[in-house]
Amino acid sequence: MDAILKTEHLNLWYGDNHALKDVNLEMPEHQVTALIGPSGCGKSTFLKTLDRMNDLIPGVRIEGQVIYRDRNIFDPQVDVTWLRRHVGMVFQKPNPFPMSIYDNIAYGPRTHGIRGKKELDQIVENSLRGAAIWDEVKDRLKKSALSLSGGQQQRICIARALAVEPDVLLMDEATSALDPISTAKIEDLIADLKKSYTIVIVTHNMQQATRVSDRCAFFLHGELVESGETEQIFSVPKDKRTEDYITGRFG
Amino acid sequence: MGDMSSMPEQEKKSEEKTSGMTRFKNRFGLRSARDVVEFIVHAIFFLCGFVAVACVLFISAYLIISGLPAIAEIGVVDFLFGTTWNANQEQFGILPFILTSLAGTAGAILIGVPIGILTAMFLAKVANNKVAAVIRSAVSLLAGIPSVVYGLVGMMVLVPAIRELFHLASGASLLAAIVVLAIMILPSIINVAETSLRAVPKEYEEASLALGATHIETIFRVSLPAARSGVATAIVLGIGRAIGEAMAIIMVSGNVANMPTSLFTSVRFLTTAIASEMNYATVGSLWRDALFSIGLVLFLFIMLINVILNVFIKNKKED
Repeated sequence: MDAILKTEHLNLWYGDNHALKDVNLEMPEHQVTALIGPSGCGKSTFLKTLDRMNDLIPGVRIEGQVIYRDRNIFDPQVDVTWLRRHVGMVFQKPNPFPMSIYDNIAYGPRTHGIRGKKELDQIVENSLRGAAIWDEVKDRLKKSALSLSGGQQQRICIARALAVEPDVLLMDEATSALDPISTAKIEDLIADLKKSYTIVIVTHNMQQATRVSDRCAFFLHGELVESGETEQIFSVPKDKRTEDYITGRFG
Repeated sequence: MGDMSSMPEQEKKSEEKTSGMTRFKNRFGLRSARDVVEFIVHAIFFLCGFVAVACVLFISAYLIISGLPAIAEIGVVDFLFGTTWNANQEQFGILPFILTSLAGTAGAILIGVPIGILTAMFLAKVANNKVAAVIRSAVSLLAGIPSVVYGLVGMMVLVPAIRELFHLASGASLLAAIVVLAIMILPSIINVAETSLRAVPKEYEEASLALGATHIETIFRVSLPAARSGVATAIVLGIGRAIGEAMAIIMVSGNVANMPTSLFTSVRFLTTAIASEMNYATVGSLWRDALFSIGLVLFLFIMLINVILNVFIKNKKED
């Protein structure tokens, strides 16, 4: 099992609040790792640390390492834009830019210097196909992305993230703002995407975790309580707290 | 809705139980002393609000009535497109003033908008709180400086500087007016643009950063486009401010009715033409009437800008 992304003794503080406590987790290539746990347990914080989106929050202090392909992402020599290009993120609330569908998808490639129209057209089509939304929007690429439904917007956001050809895709409760049908579509999509990408998702939904993930990590009060194969976690959890959580006794 | 429709019934019931005086009051929709006070205060509010409407109506009517006769006598084409303004020879062509006002405003926008927008971007997205607070208070001070002071400083500093720099006989010129106007419109541009940039949802910027864009790329390629209607509003506000300004530019522009053929020409604006000649024009003369007509033209320009502004504000709400 090759971990493309792993954390070693990762600690994070928001001011005085110790939000992540000595987290060691490996996320293997071409697998879906689900981060589960009650609200405020640190799973979203952990996810945001993986592409250094926490850098934006004032008062954050981080210790320990996040290793992406043998490089510590906090190394001063690592360019954060390089990291984020390779470790993409899809947010909880669909957040397409207030521009056309085409410009949304082309935003990333353009930022990284791709200007040729043919090349961009190809990237846009491939990305939209990759996010299983090409057929729904191919006739209205010039329309505003905000005119789409919430589920479509979220797949546009996924396509936008795919357009920069990332390695890893982080999804922060990417379906929690969506209806069940859109959710099902995105879950199917995740199963498809893991052939080409490594995926880490945060989810509140236990069924979703069992449906889409290969591995699970259970967080509680900033601690990684337990991680392992999803089947094992849900059938024979090693820790009493994990069992209490997944059987719905709290959280 | 349900509450509203049941109201009349309640009122009827209470009416049956009440005596003569209250019944009289009820007829006017008044039930007690407190209601009378409410009514009076409502009336005062309405009257105060109506003052603004009345003034606009009065000014519009006055300008149209007093501005049209001269235009009719001179002829619309001769008035608007005549290139010579010479009161002694009864030549009243205001094209030099119109073009000067347009050129002055355009120049002020050309200089003021980039500086204003970049300042707004800096304040909203880059500067730390301390630096931003200092700049913001400077900007609001700038907004509070009377225009005659701008004119005075322009006259004492800017005009001689332009004369020396470009080796002119006089520095009082279109360029001086443009520079003064550009500075004067900065506060409104900065304030409106900063507010709209701040209103850009954080989610857009996060999405851009997560795609590997830098902070500055994100500001220019996501935040600014997302705030475009607010930025457009800021520009139109600046245009309105520039085209209506008189006092500051009368002191630095030379005030000669030339065509604005170059940046160094001494020129006269629509506003400054009225301000500088009204005292000398004899009551009842065509000259005086023509000045009123200039007022009407200026008024139409301002109305046009207001219409454009409203379109932008409406678009912003729809966004």
